[in-house]
Amino acid sequence: MALDDIYKEVILDHYKNPRNKRELPNAELSCSKNNPLCGDDITVFIHEEGDTIADVAFQGQGCSISQSSASMMTEAVRGRSVEDAQALTKDFRDMMGGEHEPDEDEFGDLVALKGVVKYPIRIKCAVLAWDVLQEALQEGAGEAAGTAPHTV
Amino acid sequence: MAKIIDKPASGDTLDVERIRADFPILTRRVGDKPLVYLDSAATSQKPQQVIDAESDFYAHHNANAHRGIHMLGEEATELFEGARGKVARFLNAPSAESIVFTRGTTESMNLIAHGWGRKFLKAGDEILITEMEHHSNIVPWQLTAQQTGATLRYLPITDDGLLDLSQLESVLTERTKIFSVTGMSNALGTITPLPRLIEAAHAVGAVVAVDGAQLVPHLSVDVQALDLDFIVFSGHKMLGPTASGGLYGRREILDAMDPFIGGGEMILEVFPDYSTWKEVPYKFEGGTMNIAQEIGLGAAIDYLEAIGMDAVRAHEEEINAYALKRIGEAGATIYGPTDPDLRGGAVSFWYKDVHPHDLATIVNEEGVAIRAGHHCAQLVMRRYGVPATARASFYIYNTKDEVDVLISALERAEQVFAL
Repeated sequence: MALDDIYKEVILDHYKNPRNKRELPNAELSCSKNNPLCGDDITVFIHEEGDTIADVAFQGQGCSISQSSASMMTEAVRGRSVEDAQALTKDFRDMMGGEHEPDEDEFGDLVALKGVVKYPIRIKCAVLAWDVLQEALQEGAGEAAGTAPHTV
Repeated sequence: MAKIIDKPASGDTLDVERIRADFPILTRRVGDKPLVYLDSAATSQKPQQVIDAESDFYAHHNANAHRGIHMLGEEATELFEGARGKVARFLNAPSAESIVFTRGTTESMNLIAHGWGRKFLKAGDEILITEMEHHSNIVPWQLTAQQTGATLRYLPITDDGLLDLSQLESVLTERTKIFSVTGMSNALGTITPLPRLIEAAHAVGAVVAVDGAQLVPHLSVDVQALDLDFIVFSGHKMLGPTASGGLYGRREILDAMDPFIGGGEMILEVFPDYSTWKEVPYKFEGGTMNIAQEIGLGAAIDYLEAIGMDAVRAHEEEINAYALKRIGEAGATIYGPTDPDLRGGAVSFWYKDVHPHDLATIVNEEGVAIRAGHHCAQLVMRRYGVPATARASFYIYNTKDEVDVLISALERAEQVFAL
Protein backbone atom coordinates (compact mmCIF):
# COMPACT_ATOMS: atom_id res chain seq x y z
CA MET A 1 0.00 0.00 0.00
CA ALA A 2 1.25 3.44 -0.98
CA LEU A 3 0.78 4.85 2.48
CA ASP A 4 3.24 2.44 3.96
CA ASP A 5 5.88 3.93 1.71
CA ILE A 6 5.89 7.09 3.74
CA TYR A 7 4.97 5.73 7.12
CA LYS A 8 7.74 3.20 7.16
CA GLU A 9 8.93 1.80 10.43
CA VAL A 10 12.14 3.78 10.19
CA ILE A 11 10.29 7.11 9.91
CA LEU A 12 8.05 6.36 12.86
CA ASP A 13 11.04 5.17 14.85
CA HIS A 14 12.84 8.48 14.32
CA TYR A 15 9.58 10.34 15.08
CA LYS A 16 8.90 8.51 18.31
CA ASN A 17 12.55 8.23 19.40
CA PRO A 18 14.23 11.26 17.85
CA ARG A 19 18.04 11.22 17.78
CA ASN A 20 19.96 14.28 18.93
CA LYS A 21 16.84 16.18 19.96
CA ARG A 22 18.40 18.50 22.49
CA GLU A 23 20.07 21.84 22.79
CA LEU A 24 23.76 22.05 22.13
CA PRO A 25 25.43 24.37 24.67
CA ASN A 26 28.70 24.54 22.75
CA ALA A 27 27.06 25.28 19.39
CA GLU A 28 28.68 28.04 17.39
CA LEU A 29 25.89 28.02 14.84
CA SER A 30 22.16 27.76 15.12
CA CYS A 31 19.17 28.63 13.01
CA SER A 32 15.38 28.34 13.37
CA LYS A 33 12.69 28.14 10.74
CA ASN A 34 9.04 27.33 10.67
CA ASN A 35 6.69 26.23 7.97
CA PRO A 36 3.97 28.91 7.93
CA LEU A 37 1.60 26.49 6.22
CA CYS A 38 1.47 24.14 9.17
CA GLY A 39 3.33 25.69 12.10
CA ASP A 40 6.05 23.04 12.21
CA ASP A 41 9.27 24.49 13.58
CA ILE A 42 12.83 23.30 13.77
CA THR A 43 15.99 24.74 15.31
CA VAL A 44 19.34 23.23 14.35
CA PHE A 45 22.46 23.59 16.51
CA ILE A 46 25.93 22.94 15.12
CA HIS A 47 29.27 22.63 16.90
CA GLU A 48 32.17 22.86 14.50
CA GLU A 49 35.73 21.72 14.98
CA GLY A 50 37.73 23.20 12.16
CA ASP A 51 35.84 22.43 9.01
CA THR A 52 34.05 19.44 10.52
CA ILE A 53 30.55 19.25 11.96
CA ALA A 54 31.66 17.73 15.25
CA ASP A 55 28.17 17.72 16.77
CA VAL A 56 24.70 18.59 15.58
CA ALA A 57 21.36 18.57 17.35
CA PHE A 58 17.84 19.89 16.84
CA GLN A 59 14.78 21.07 18.71
CA GLY A 60 11.28 21.57 17.39
CA GLN A 61 7.82 20.25 16.91
CA GLY A 62 5.80 19.03 14.01
CA CYS A 63 4.60 16.08 12.02
CA SER A 64 6.34 12.73 11.74
CA ILE A 65 7.88 13.65 8.39
CA SER A 66 9.48 16.92 9.52
CA GLN A 67 10.68 15.59 12.86
CA SER A 68 12.01 12.27 11.57
CA SER A 69 13.79 14.05 8.74
CA ALA A 70 15.48 16.33 11.30
CA SER A 71 16.48 13.36 13.41
CA MET A 72 17.93 11.47 10.44
CA MET A 73 19.64 14.62 9.23
CA THR A 74 21.57 15.02 12.48
CA GLU A 75 22.81 11.44 12.20
CA ALA A 76 23.69 11.83 8.56
CA VAL A 77 25.77 15.01 8.80
CA ARG A 78 27.58 14.50 12.09
CA GLY A 79 31.29 14.05 11.44
CA ARG A 80 31.07 15.29 7.87
CA SER A 81 32.94 18.32 6.59
CA VAL A 82 30.80 21.39 5.93
CA GLU A 83 31.32 20.94 2.21
CA ASP A 84 30.31 17.30 2.41
CA ALA A 85 27.18 18.16 4.43
CA GLN A 86 26.21 20.74 1.85
CA ALA A 87 26.64 18.18 -0.91
CA LEU A 88 24.42 15.76 1.00
CA THR A 89 21.84 18.52 1.47
CA LYS A 90 21.79 19.04 -2.27
CA ASP A 91 21.41 15.32 -2.91
CA PHE A 92 18.61 15.09 -0.37
CA ARG A 93 16.78 18.04 -1.92
CA ASP A 94 17.23 16.51 -5.35
CA MET A 95 15.84 13.20 -4.08
CA MET A 96 12.79 15.04 -2.77
CA GLY A 97 12.50 16.76 -6.15
CA GLY A 98 12.53 13.34 -7.80
CA GLU A 99 15.86 14.14 -9.48
CA HIS A 100 18.27 12.02 -7.50
CA GLU A 101 18.32 8.29 -6.99
CA PRO A 102 19.67 7.88 -3.48
CA ASP A 103 22.61 5.67 -2.75
CA GLU A 104 21.73 3.53 0.26
CA ASP A 105 25.29 3.70 1.59
CA GLU A 106 25.32 7.46 1.49
CA PHE A 107 21.73 7.99 2.60
CA GLY A 108 21.17 5.30 5.21
CA ASP A 109 17.82 5.81 6.96
CA LEU A 110 17.13 8.88 4.83
CA VAL A 111 16.13 6.62 1.97
CA ALA A 112 12.91 6.03 3.87
CA LEU A 113 11.82 9.60 3.10
CA LYS A 114 11.88 8.95 -0.64
CA GLY A 115 8.25 7.82 -0.50
CA VAL A 116 7.23 11.36 0.49
CA VAL A 117 7.92 12.46 -3.10
CA LYS A 118 4.51 11.05 -3.99
CA TYR A 119 2.85 13.50 -1.58
CA PRO A 120 3.92 16.88 -2.99
CA ILE A 121 2.39 18.93 -0.18
CA ARG A 122 4.43 17.00 2.39
CA ILE A 123 7.80 17.49 0.65
CA LYS A 124 8.20 20.80 2.50
CA CYS A 125 7.89 18.89 5.77
CA ALA A 126 10.76 16.61 4.80
CA VAL A 127 12.98 19.43 3.56
CA LEU A 128 12.45 21.87 6.47
CA ALA A 129 15.30 20.55 8.65
CA TRP A 130 17.66 20.65 5.70
CA ASP A 131 16.74 24.25 4.92
CA VAL A 132 17.57 25.14 8.51
CA LEU A 133 20.87 23.24 8.34
CA GLN A 134 21.87 24.99 5.15
CA GLU A 135 21.03 28.41 6.50
CA ALA A 136 23.01 27.76 9.69
CA LEU A 137 26.01 26.62 7.65
CA GLN A 138 25.73 29.61 5.32
CA GLU A 139 25.67 31.93 8.28
CA GLY A 140 28.80 30.21 9.53
CA ALA A 141 30.41 30.81 6.16
CA GLY A 142 29.15 34.40 6.24
CA GLU A 143 30.87 34.92 9.56
CA ALA A 144 34.13 33.60 8.13
CA ALA A 145 33.75 36.01 5.21
CA GLY A 146 33.09 38.89 7.56
CA THR A 147 29.37 39.43 6.99
CA ALA A 148 26.94 39.74 9.86
CA PRO A 149 26.20 36.35 11.37
CA HIS A 150 23.06 35.28 13.22
CA THR A 151 24.63 32.82 15.54
CA VAL A 152 24.19 31.93 19.19
CA MET B 1 -33.94 40.85 20.59
CA ALA B 2 -32.98 38.70 17.62
CA LYS B 3 -31.71 35.28 18.47
CA ILE B 4 -28.85 34.14 16.32
CA ILE B 5 -29.80 30.52 16.90
CA ASP B 6 -33.47 29.91 16.42
CA LYS B 7 -34.49 26.31 16.75
CA PRO B 8 -35.98 25.49 13.36
CA ALA B 9 -39.57 24.43 13.16
CA SER B 10 -39.96 20.69 13.09
CA GLY B 11 -40.45 19.28 9.64
CA ASP B 12 -37.67 21.43 8.19
CA THR B 13 -35.52 18.64 6.85
CA LEU B 14 -33.48 18.44 3.76
CA ASP B 15 -33.13 15.63 1.30
CA VAL B 16 -29.38 15.00 1.38
CA GLU B 17 -29.38 12.48 -1.45
CA ARG B 18 -31.17 14.92 -3.74
CA ILE B 19 -28.78 17.67 -2.73
CA ARG B 20 -25.74 15.47 -3.34
CA ALA B 21 -26.93 14.76 -6.87
CA ASP B 22 -26.56 18.49 -7.63
CA PHE B 23 -22.83 18.47 -6.78
CA PRO B 24 -20.88 16.83 -9.63
CA ILE B 25 -17.62 16.76 -7.64
CA LEU B 26 -19.14 14.45 -5.04
CA THR B 27 -19.03 11.59 -7.54
CA ARG B 28 -15.24 11.86 -7.75
CA ARG B 29 -13.02 9.18 -6.33
CA VAL B 30 -9.77 9.55 -4.43
CA GLY B 31 -7.75 6.63 -5.74
CA ASP B 32 -10.23 3.79 -5.44
CA LYS B 33 -12.24 5.39 -2.62
CA PRO B 34 -15.27 7.67 -2.90
CA LEU B 35 -14.51 11.27 -1.98
CA VAL B 36 -15.64 12.22 1.52
CA TYR B 37 -15.34 16.00 1.53
CA LEU B 38 -15.10 17.31 5.10
CA ASP B 39 -13.41 20.65 4.41
CA SER B 40 -16.30 23.00 3.68
CA ALA B 41 -15.08 25.50 6.26
CA ALA B 42 -12.12 26.07 3.92
CA THR B 43 -14.30 26.19 0.82
CA SER B 44 -17.63 24.61 0.00
CA GLN B 45 -18.33 22.55 -3.08
CA LYS B 46 -20.54 24.03 -5.82
CA PRO B 47 -23.84 22.74 -7.14
CA GLN B 48 -24.39 22.46 -10.90
CA GLN B 49 -26.78 25.43 -10.66
CA VAL B 50 -23.91 27.71 -9.59
CA ILE B 51 -21.52 26.31 -12.18
CA ASP B 52 -24.20 26.82 -14.83
CA ALA B 53 -24.95 30.39 -13.76
CA GLU B 54 -21.33 31.40 -14.08
CA SER B 55 -20.82 29.59 -17.36
CA ASP B 56 -24.13 30.88 -18.77
CA PHE B 57 -22.98 34.42 -18.08
CA TYR B 58 -19.82 33.92 -20.09
CA ALA B 59 -21.59 31.98 -22.84
CA HIS B 60 -24.49 34.37 -23.34
CA HIS B 61 -24.27 37.69 -21.50
CA ASN B 62 -20.60 38.57 -21.00
CA ALA B 63 -19.86 42.29 -21.04
CA ASN B 64 -18.58 44.78 -18.52
CA ALA B 65 -21.22 45.93 -16.05
CA HIS B 66 -22.20 49.61 -15.69
CA ARG B 67 -20.32 50.61 -18.84
CA GLY B 68 -21.81 49.23 -22.00
CA ILE B 69 -24.66 51.05 -23.67
CA HIS B 70 -25.09 47.97 -25.83
CA MET B 71 -27.45 45.11 -25.13
CA LEU B 72 -24.91 42.76 -23.54
CA GLY B 73 -23.72 45.55 -21.29
CA GLU B 74 -27.26 46.04 -20.08
CA GLU B 75 -27.74 42.33 -19.51
CA ALA B 76 -24.48 42.03 -17.60
CA THR B 77 -25.43 45.01 -15.43
CA GLU B 78 -28.87 43.59 -14.78
CA LEU B 79 -27.51 40.18 -13.78
CA PHE B 80 -24.79 41.70 -11.58
CA GLU B 81 -27.22 44.03 -9.82
CA GLY B 82 -29.71 41.18 -9.58
CA ALA B 83 -27.12 39.26 -7.57
CA ARG B 84 -26.72 42.27 -5.27
CA GLY B 85 -30.47 42.25 -4.71
CA LYS B 86 -30.35 38.55 -3.83
CA VAL B 87 -27.60 39.11 -1.26
CA ALA B 88 -29.56 42.01 0.24
CA ARG B 89 -32.69 39.87 0.53
CA PHE B 90 -30.72 36.94 1.97
CA LEU B 91 -29.33 39.12 4.78
CA ASN B 92 -32.58 41.15 5.09
CA ALA B 93 -30.62 44.33 4.32
CA PRO B 94 -32.82 47.44 4.02
CA SER B 95 -31.56 48.14 0.50
CA ALA B 96 -29.36 46.65 -2.20
CA GLU B 97 -27.15 49.77 -1.99
CA SER B 98 -25.97 48.66 1.45
CA ILE B 99 -24.31 45.58 -0.11
CA VAL B 100 -20.75 46.11 -1.39
CA PHE B 101 -19.26 43.39 -3.53
CA THR B 102 -15.68 42.30 -2.86
CA ARG B 103 -13.58 39.18 -3.38
CA GLY B 104 -14.66 37.91 0.03
CA THR B 105 -14.17 38.22 3.76
CA THR B 106 -10.52 39.27 3.77
CA GLU B 107 -11.00 42.05 1.25
CA SER B 108 -14.19 43.18 2.99
CA MET B 109 -12.51 43.45 6.38
CA ASN B 110 -9.62 45.35 4.82
CA LEU B 111 -12.14 47.68 3.20
CA ILE B 112 -13.66 48.46 6.61
CA ALA B 113 -10.31 48.77 8.40
CA HIS B 114 -9.11 51.11 5.65
CA GLY B 115 -12.20 53.05 4.60
CA TRP B 116 -13.69 53.42 8.08
CA GLY B 117 -10.76 52.77 10.41
CA ARG B 118 -8.19 55.06 8.86
CA LYS B 119 -10.71 57.84 8.48
CA PHE B 120 -12.28 57.79 11.94
CA LEU B 121 -9.71 56.34 14.36
CA LYS B 122 -7.03 58.34 16.18
CA ALA B 123 -4.56 57.91 19.02
CA GLY B 124 -6.36 57.07 22.26
CA ASP B 125 -9.15 55.20 20.46
CA GLU B 126 -9.43 51.46 20.87
CA ILE B 127 -10.21 48.69 18.42
CA LEU B 128 -11.61 45.60 20.11
CA ILE B 129 -11.29 42.15 18.56
CA THR B 130 -11.15 38.72 20.18
CA GLU B 131 -8.61 35.94 20.62
CA MET B 132 -10.87 33.74 18.52
CA GLU B 133 -10.40 35.65 15.28
CA HIS B 134 -9.19 34.45 11.91
CA HIS B 135 -6.11 36.34 10.74
CA SER B 136 -8.36 38.28 8.33
CA ASN B 137 -9.96 39.95 11.35
CA ILE B 138 -6.63 40.61 13.11
CA VAL B 139 -4.08 41.77 10.56
CA PRO B 140 -6.19 44.53 8.91
CA TRP B 141 -6.75 46.03 12.38
CA GLN B 142 -3.07 45.77 13.28
CA LEU B 143 -2.26 47.74 10.13
CA THR B 144 -4.94 50.32 10.91
CA ALA B 145 -3.78 50.62 14.53
CA GLN B 146 -0.22 51.26 13.33
CA GLN B 147 -1.42 53.92 10.91
CA THR B 148 -3.78 55.75 13.26
CA GLY B 149 -2.17 55.29 16.67
CA ALA B 150 -5.30 53.54 17.94
CA THR B 151 -4.82 50.63 20.36
CA LEU B 152 -5.79 47.07 19.50
CA ARG B 153 -7.38 45.15 22.37
CA TYR B 154 -8.56 41.57 22.70
CA LEU B 155 -11.48 39.89 24.39
CA PRO B 156 -10.02 36.63 25.71
CA ILE B 157 -11.47 33.15 25.26
CA THR B 158 -12.19 30.51 27.90
CA ASP B 159 -10.77 27.01 28.20
CA ASP B 160 -14.08 25.76 26.76
CA GLY B 161 -13.62 27.73 23.54
CA LEU B 162 -16.15 30.47 24.31
CA LEU B 163 -15.66 34.22 24.42
CA ASP B 164 -14.88 35.18 28.02
CA LEU B 165 -17.85 37.47 28.60
CA SER B 166 -16.75 38.09 32.20
CA GLN B 167 -13.98 40.23 30.65
CA LEU B 168 -16.26 42.13 28.28
CA GLU B 169 -16.77 45.16 30.52
CA SER B 170 -13.05 45.61 31.10
CA VAL B 171 -12.16 45.66 27.40
CA LEU B 172 -15.31 47.22 25.90
CA THR B 173 -15.32 50.82 27.12
CA GLU B 174 -16.18 54.29 25.87
CA ARG B 175 -12.70 54.31 24.28
CA THR B 176 -13.77 51.40 22.05
CA LYS B 177 -14.68 52.81 18.65
CA ILE B 178 -15.15 49.52 16.83
CA PHE B 179 -15.75 45.97 17.98
CA SER B 180 -14.93 43.48 15.23
CA VAL B 181 -15.87 39.93 16.13
CA THR B 182 -16.46 36.59 14.46
CA GLY B 183 -19.98 35.22 14.31
CA MET B 184 -18.71 31.64 14.13
CA SER B 185 -15.12 30.56 14.70
CA ASN B 186 -13.47 28.68 11.84
CA ALA B 187 -10.96 27.12 14.25
CA LEU B 188 -13.25 26.16 17.15
CA GLY B 189 -16.72 26.12 15.62
CA THR B 190 -17.97 28.43 18.37
CA ILE B 191 -21.07 30.49 17.62
CA THR B 192 -20.64 33.79 19.44
CA PRO B 193 -23.55 35.48 21.28
CA LEU B 194 -23.92 38.28 18.71
CA PRO B 195 -27.12 39.90 20.05
CA ARG B 196 -25.54 40.43 23.46
CA LEU B 197 -22.20 41.58 22.01
CA ILE B 198 -23.84 44.03 19.61
CA GLU B 199 -26.04 45.50 22.33
CA ALA B 200 -23.06 45.94 24.66
CA ALA B 201 -20.96 47.55 21.92
CA HIS B 202 -23.72 49.95 20.87
CA ALA B 203 -24.24 50.89 24.53
CA VAL B 204 -20.71 52.36 24.59
CA GLY B 205 -21.12 53.93 21.15
CA ALA B 206 -18.91 51.47 19.27
CA VAL B 207 -19.50 50.36 15.70
CA VAL B 208 -19.83 46.57 15.31
CA ALA B 209 -18.32 44.57 12.45
CA VAL B 210 -18.99 40.84 12.26
CA ASP B 211 -16.80 38.34 10.46
CA GLY B 212 -19.53 36.26 8.88
CA ALA B 213 -17.30 33.97 6.79
CA GLN B 214 -18.49 30.89 8.69
CA LEU B 215 -21.79 32.27 9.98
CA VAL B 216 -23.52 33.43 6.81
CA PRO B 217 -23.25 30.06 4.98
CA HIS B 218 -24.75 28.14 7.88
CA LEU B 219 -27.26 30.25 9.80
CA SER B 220 -29.98 32.67 8.87
CA VAL B 221 -28.66 36.21 9.43
CA ASP B 222 -30.97 39.24 9.65
CA VAL B 223 -28.84 42.39 9.71
CA GLN B 224 -31.76 44.59 10.75
CA ALA B 225 -32.97 42.37 13.58
CA LEU B 226 -29.38 42.11 14.84
CA ASP B 227 -28.92 45.89 14.45
CA LEU B 228 -25.59 45.21 12.72
CA ASP B 229 -23.29 47.92 11.42
CA PHE B 230 -21.18 45.64 9.21
CA ILE B 231 -21.07 41.97 8.33
CA VAL B 232 -18.54 40.53 5.89
CA PHE B 233 -18.74 37.18 4.10
CA SER B 234 -17.22 34.97 1.39
CA GLY B 235 -19.28 33.51 -1.43
CA HIS B 236 -17.03 30.49 -1.90
CA LYS B 237 -17.88 29.12 1.54
CA MET B 238 -21.61 29.22 0.75
CA LEU B 239 -21.74 27.26 -2.51
CA GLY B 240 -20.65 30.26 -4.61
CA PRO B 241 -17.57 30.79 -6.79
CA THR B 242 -14.19 31.79 -5.39
CA ALA B 243 -13.62 35.57 -5.38
CA SER B 244 -17.31 36.25 -4.77
CA GLY B 245 -18.70 37.81 -1.63
CA GLY B 246 -18.89 41.19 -0.01
CA LEU B 247 -20.18 43.07 2.96
CA TYR B 248 -23.29 44.66 4.35
CA GLY B 249 -22.80 48.10 5.83
CA ARG B 250 -25.22 50.48 7.51
CA ARG B 251 -25.97 53.09 4.87
CA GLU B 252 -24.99 56.20 6.83
CA ILE B 253 -21.69 54.61 7.83
CA LEU B 254 -20.92 53.57 4.26
CA ASP B 255 -21.74 57.12 3.12
CA ALA B 256 -19.30 58.61 5.61
CA MET B 257 -16.42 56.25 4.73
CA ASP B 258 -13.50 56.80 2.39
CA PRO B 259 -13.13 54.62 -0.69
CA PHE B 260 -10.76 51.65 -0.51
CA ILE B 261 -9.74 50.82 -4.07
CA GLY B 262 -9.31 53.87 -6.26
CA GLY B 263 -9.69 53.68 -10.01
CA GLY B 264 -12.15 53.32 -12.83
CA GLU B 265 -15.88 53.08 -12.24
CA MET B 266 -15.83 54.30 -8.62
CA ILE B 267 -15.48 57.97 -9.53
CA LEU B 268 -17.97 60.65 -10.45
CA GLU B 269 -15.44 63.16 -11.79
CA VAL B 270 -11.65 63.22 -11.95
CA PHE B 271 -9.63 66.43 -11.85
CA PRO B 272 -5.85 66.81 -11.82
CA ASP B 273 -5.58 67.01 -8.04
CA TYR B 274 -8.76 65.38 -6.74
CA SER B 275 -11.74 63.27 -7.66
CA THR B 276 -15.28 62.84 -6.49
CA TRP B 277 -16.89 59.51 -5.73
CA LYS B 278 -19.99 57.74 -6.85
CA GLU B 279 -22.71 56.93 -4.37
CA VAL B 280 -22.45 53.75 -2.31
CA PRO B 281 -21.94 50.96 -3.05
CA TYR B 282 -20.14 51.98 -6.25
CA LYS B 283 -17.57 54.21 -4.58
CA PHE B 284 -16.11 50.99 -3.11
CA GLU B 285 -16.13 49.04 -6.37
CA GLY B 286 -13.15 50.33 -8.33
CA GLY B 287 -12.09 48.55 -11.50
CA THR B 288 -13.89 45.77 -13.33
CA MET B 289 -15.66 43.69 -10.74
CA ASN B 290 -15.96 39.92 -10.25
CA ILE B 291 -19.15 40.00 -12.30
CA ALA B 292 -19.51 36.31 -13.20
CA GLN B 293 -18.60 35.25 -9.67
CA GLU B 294 -21.18 37.46 -7.97
CA ILE B 295 -23.79 36.20 -10.44
CA GLY B 296 -22.75 32.69 -9.38
CA LEU B 297 -23.17 33.75 -5.76
CA GLY B 298 -26.69 34.87 -6.61
CA ALA B 299 -27.40 31.34 -7.86
CA ALA B 300 -25.88 29.91 -4.66
CA ILE B 301 -28.25 32.06 -2.60
CA ASP B 302 -31.19 30.89 -4.71
CA TYR B 303 -30.09 27.33 -3.94
CA LEU B 304 -29.77 27.91 -0.18
CA GLU B 305 -33.09 29.76 -0.04
CA ALA B 306 -34.85 26.92 -1.85
CA ILE B 307 -33.62 24.57 0.87
CA GLY B 308 -34.26 27.08 3.62
CA MET B 309 -31.62 28.19 6.10
CA ASP B 310 -33.56 26.65 8.98
CA ALA B 311 -33.31 23.26 7.30
CA VAL B 312 -29.60 23.88 6.64
CA ARG B 313 -29.03 24.54 10.34
CA ALA B 314 -31.18 21.59 11.46
CA HIS B 315 -29.21 19.22 9.22
CA GLU B 316 -25.87 20.57 10.41
CA GLU B 317 -26.85 20.37 14.06
CA GLU B 318 -27.62 16.71 13.56
CA ILE B 319 -24.34 16.00 11.76
CA ASN B 320 -22.35 18.09 14.25
CA ALA B 321 -23.82 16.31 17.23
CA TYR B 322 -23.10 12.93 15.66
CA ALA B 323 -19.55 13.93 14.62
CA LEU B 324 -18.71 15.39 18.03
CA LYS B 325 -19.87 12.21 19.69
CA ARG B 326 -18.06 9.85 17.34
CA ILE B 327 -14.80 11.83 17.15
CA GLY B 328 -14.78 12.22 20.94
CA GLU B 329 -15.50 8.52 21.51
CA ALA B 330 -12.71 7.63 19.09
CA GLY B 331 -10.29 9.15 21.60
CA ALA B 332 -9.61 12.56 20.05
CA THR B 333 -9.23 15.78 22.03
CA ILE B 334 -11.81 18.25 20.69
CA TYR B 335 -11.14 22.00 20.83
CA GLY B 336 -14.10 24.31 21.22
CA PRO B 337 -17.50 23.88 22.82
CA THR B 338 -18.90 20.35 23.03
CA ASP B 339 -22.53 21.50 23.06
CA PRO B 340 -23.78 21.26 19.43
CA ASP B 341 -26.17 24.15 20.14
CA LEU B 342 -23.19 26.48 20.64
CA ARG B 343 -21.23 25.56 17.55
CA GLY B 344 -21.26 25.37 13.82
CA GLY B 345 -20.02 22.56 11.65
CA ALA B 346 -16.27 22.83 12.12
CA VAL B 347 -14.79 20.31 14.55
CA SER B 348 -11.14 20.88 15.48
CA PHE B 349 -9.38 17.98 17.13
CA TRP B 350 -6.13 16.17 17.88
CA TYR B 351 -6.31 12.42 17.46
CA LYS B 352 -4.21 10.45 19.95
CA ASP B 353 -0.49 10.87 19.16
CA VAL B 354 -0.95 11.41 15.44
CA HIS B 355 0.13 14.85 14.28
CA PRO B 356 -2.65 16.59 12.25
CA HIS B 357 -0.55 16.59 9.07
CA ASP B 358 0.12 12.92 9.29
CA LEU B 359 -3.54 12.38 10.05
CA ALA B 360 -4.67 14.40 7.01
CA THR B 361 -2.34 12.40 4.74
CA ILE B 362 -3.48 9.06 6.11
CA VAL B 363 -7.23 9.79 6.02
CA ASN B 364 -6.80 11.09 2.47
CA GLU B 365 -5.79 7.55 1.53
CA GLU B 366 -9.29 6.57 2.66
CA GLY B 367 -10.80 9.30 0.46
CA VAL B 368 -11.43 11.69 3.34
CA ALA B 369 -10.55 15.38 2.89
CA ILE B 370 -9.93 17.19 6.18
CA ARG B 371 -7.90 20.28 6.97
CA ALA B 372 -4.77 20.20 9.08
CA GLY B 373 -2.93 23.28 10.25
CA HIS B 374 -3.45 26.44 12.24
CA HIS B 375 -6.54 27.44 10.24
CA CYS B 376 -5.28 31.04 9.95
CA ALA B 377 -5.94 31.35 13.69
CA GLN B 378 -2.52 31.21 15.31
CA LEU B 379 -3.77 33.05 18.41
CA VAL B 380 -6.31 30.28 19.00
CA MET B 381 -3.66 27.59 18.52
CA ARG B 382 -1.35 29.32 21.00
CA ARG B 383 -4.20 29.74 23.48
CA TYR B 384 -4.66 25.98 23.58
CA GLY B 385 -0.96 25.17 23.31
CA VAL B 386 -1.13 23.25 20.03
CA PRO B 387 0.82 24.01 16.85
CA ALA B 388 -2.02 22.78 14.66
CA THR B 389 -5.23 20.80 14.75
CA ALA B 390 -7.09 18.51 12.40
CA ARG B 391 -10.46 19.92 11.36
CA ALA B 392 -13.47 18.18 9.90
CA SER B 393 -16.19 20.54 8.70
CA PHE B 394 -19.65 19.78 7.40
CA TYR B 395 -22.25 21.26 5.10
CA ILE B 396 -25.59 20.45 3.52
CA TYR B 397 -24.23 17.58 1.42
CA ASN B 398 -22.54 15.65 4.25
CA THR B 399 -24.02 12.53 5.81
CA LYS B 400 -23.59 10.54 9.00
CA ASP B 401 -22.18 7.73 6.85
CA GLU B 402 -19.36 10.07 5.89
CA VAL B 403 -18.66 10.71 9.56
CA ASP B 404 -18.39 6.93 9.95
CA VAL B 405 -15.85 6.81 7.10
CA LEU B 406 -13.82 9.47 8.91
CA ILE B 407 -13.88 7.43 12.11
CA SER B 408 -12.66 4.31 10.27
CA ALA B 409 -9.94 6.42 8.68
CA LEU B 410 -8.88 7.65 12.14
CA GLU B 411 -8.61 4.05 13.25
CA ARG B 412 -6.47 3.34 10.20
CA ALA B 413 -4.18 6.22 11.22
CA GLU B 414 -3.81 4.73 14.65
CA GLN B 415 -2.82 1.39 13.13
CA VAL B 416 -0.21 3.06 10.94
CA PHE B 417 1.25 4.90 13.91
CA ALA B 418 1.25 1.86 16.15
CA LEU B 419 3.95 0.30 13.95
